[in-house]
Amino acid sequence: MRNLRIGSGAGYSGDRIDPAVELAQKGSISHLVFECLAERTIALAQKARLLDPDSGYDPLLEERMEAVLGLCARNGVRIISNMGGANPLAAARKTREIARRLGLSGLRVAAVTGDDVTAIVRGGGFTICEDGSPVESLADRMVSANAYVGAEPIVEALQQKADVILTGRVADPSLFLAPLIHEFGWSASDWNLLGKGTVVGHLLECAGQVTGGYFADPGYKDVPNLAHLGFPIAEVAEDGSAMITKVEGSGGFVTRATCSEQLLYEIQDPTAYLTPDVTADFSQVVFDEIGPDRIRVSGARGRPRPNTLKASIGVQDGYVGEGQISYAGPGARQRAELAREILAERLRHHALQELRFDLIGINSIHGDRLSRTVHEPHEVRLRVAGRSQSQRVAAFIPREVEALYTNGPAGGGGVTGSTRETIAILSTLIPRESVVPAIHIEEV
Amino acid sequence: MILREIAHARTGDKGSLVTISLIAYRREDYALLEERITAERVSEHFAGLLVAPVQRYSLPSLGALNFVLQRPLAQSVTRSLALDAHGKCLGSALLAMQI
Repeated sequence: MRNLRIGSGAGYSGDRIDPAVELAQKGSISHLVFECLAERTIALAQKARLLDPDSGYDPLLEERMEAVLGLCARNGVRIISNMGGANPLAAARKTREIARRLGLSGLRVAAVTGDDVTAIVRGGGFTICEDGSPVESLADRMVSANAYVGAEPIVEALQQKADVILTGRVADPSLFLAPLIHEFGWSASDWNLLGKGTVVGHLLECAGQVTGGYFADPGYKDVPNLAHLGFPIAEVAEDGSAMITKVEGSGGFVTRATCSEQLLYEIQDPTAYLTPDVTADFSQVVFDEIGPDRIRVSGARGRPRPNTLKASIGVQDGYVGEGQISYAGPGARQRAELAREILAERLRHHALQELRFDLIGINSIHGDRLSRTVHEPHEVRLRVAGRSQSQRVAAFIPREVEALYTNGPAGGGGVTGSTRETIAILSTLIPRESVVPAIHIEEV
Repeated sequence: MILREIAHARTGDKGSLVTISLIAYRREDYALLEERITAERVSEHFAGLLVAPVQRYSLPSLGALNFVLQRPLAQSVTRSLALDAHGKCLGSALLAMQI
């Protein structure tokens, strides 16, 4: 039976690049997938593109391509990534430019477009999933809308012999499912096979999170060589059975426990994981260790795909101002609390929609009730964050924190502050037919 | 004994939802998790942080439970003013629960 080896070269936009190079060099893989697009990233990228029509793709695209393009061309590895962000066409042009600069030729770089549904969603009478209100109520606060596209257009790009495929918003597992559908000729309605392929995609989409990243807990879960964590490889057979592994000698490990954590990561009902391709059922998945760093995955199934596609809507959400200051030594906590009182009074009259104080080291993560501690800490860091529709008002927060140097309690130090524009993400469901992906090929 | 002695956890997020997987180190401890770590107890553990009862899904073939927690809409990943806007540290707080 034929096997396909797919590598995962990134689990988020800013991920390490050297593990991807290692995969391209030593992974004996046929496809290298980079998942780089978080929920909010594309809305920020859409805004960047409004200012500069050649921008809007992943900020590390150039660095990644320079690192892996030559190796992949030499080793016959095809690259699939959502690094196109809000501008897959510009990403493809940039990749062509890099390929030429590297002296490569004969490469086909595809851009997959069509996920931008801003115009459709803006006036389409759609409903916001989170609170049931009409999309129209967002008015000009709505920045963008991007639909989660499935594997189909990537499969088509592979059929058009693309060596590099750059997409915008695509469901993460679909990036991995596409080469399986293409190479094995899986039917778009063989739900069980698509379910199996989707589980493989889900296990790989966060890269290092299945090879021992985000896992270590000293004394309980010790992971070897995390500084040189290897990224995962899935070896998938034509019948959908799969094995998760990594490059021999790389850091980390692949175990039943790492696979179990990643299988359930960000999953709600494990019997119904919805993607544009299939309703996947993870509930009967079993992991078996067939060797060191070799975990067999079986038992995934699938049912028909949903009729609607999810679209993420980027919404302007005002400005967040933040400031922090530290206190240490005897009475650190009391001085931080006094600083908090002063700030609450100073900020009371400003037009802030929300304001939040935390004592880092005391209660900032889980609040007072879950954070009960008996000892007095040597150091405490006060943090204040607030939101305003006005940038000028939000900026008062870091200013007031800085003013504590000369106007606040004794011994404050290490002030940091920032004011940033925020984009919130809401979602809506749109008919599948309203999304029409297109493929554009750049020849090198 | 606290949960950390027999199980490990990973936290994920989707908007204002937080998901926590709880996985028994040893298969034979799964029954204890299933019996003791009910949705009600987890709701109680995180009281004040959530706006709806916790949902629990059982995965006996993995020896795992999966919890879905609903935070206030204003505390979704992209809106929250919290230091840990994702809620990624919540799973570690679950491991502090007595069993």
